Amino acid sequence: MEDLSLHVLDIVENSVKAGARLVRVSLTEDRRQDRLVLIVEDDGSGMDADTLARVTDPFFTTRTTRKVGLGLPFLKAAAAGTGGDMTIESTPGAGTRVEAVFGYGHIDRPPIGRMDETMAALVACHPGTDFLYRQRVGSVEYILDTQEMRKMLGAVPLDTPAVVDWVRTDVAEGLTDIGAGSY
Amino acid sequence: MKTFKELEEIRTRVLDEVSMRKDRTGTRVVVGMATCGIAAGARPVLLSFVEEVKNRDMKDVIVSQTGCIGMCSLEPIVEVYKPGEEKVTYVKMTAEKAKEIIEEHILGGQPITRYTVGAYEYEK
Repeated sequence: MEDLSLHVLDIVENSVKAGARLVRVSLTEDRRQDRLVLIVEDDGSGMDADTLARVTDPFFTTRTTRKVGLGLPFLKAAAAGTGGDMTIESTPGAGTRVEAVFGYGHIDRPPIGRMDETMAALVACHPGTDFLYRQRVGSVEYILDTQEMRKMLGAVPLDTPAVVDWVRTDVAEGLTDIGAGSY
Repeated sequence: MKTFKELEEIRTRVLDEVSMRKDRTGTRVVVGMATCGIAAGARPVLLSFVEEVKNRDMKDVIVSQTGCIGMCSLEPIVEVYKPGEEKVTYVKMTAEKAKEIIEEHILGGQPITRYTVGAYEYEK
């Protein structure tokens, strides 16, 4: 994966396949501590200890289990390559939390990429799932909350092309407002 | 920043179309969005279809996603289902090809054979 936004698109698919109703994604740029932290948290079916142990094994091929894609070992390798790490916590029946920590200024850190396109694609592909996206730079934060959007949209589904377009523009402009770049 | 006021305007504008979309009897465009597809560039392909559908106000076209189709080296892959016609599978897709497919196949009724999986296999 070329950038973090593509990793997000990929690993959120795991959450959706695990039957999540709400997926929370947060990306925190902490330049002072030289850290970039990505958290994906869902309320899906979760994994038992055995499965959890296997998904963090880079040699585990996920073709046998539908819940997890090849994406997690990719993400773990990307984080580890910047002096960071990826950890997963999961509770069967309650959900899964993936946290990836990157060295912000590390030369091998993948760029953040197009989070606007990732959120638009997620909303377009999974109109039945809610997403809460937060990106923080220092003390300022941008939030996209599809639960709030639904209240305003009523019977209009989130995958309506005009709504997907709204999401893409809102994220792009919101991230510019908080001074977040695609790097 | 966009505003929620704009969402309200969208609601007012498209509410009548919603029941039409719910019928799901029109054309379906399905983009492979598994790890292989995403890594190969499926995201701009998906968004290009959505944007064209919005700009051309195509009310009977649904853009959706699927997992790994099993031909990872040919990703991004897009399947087009038109009612009463055979499925057409496009491979090695780009955002630009998506616009052409909307124009020539979905609106014009002529599948772009040179972009399909069949053409690709024949070339090899």
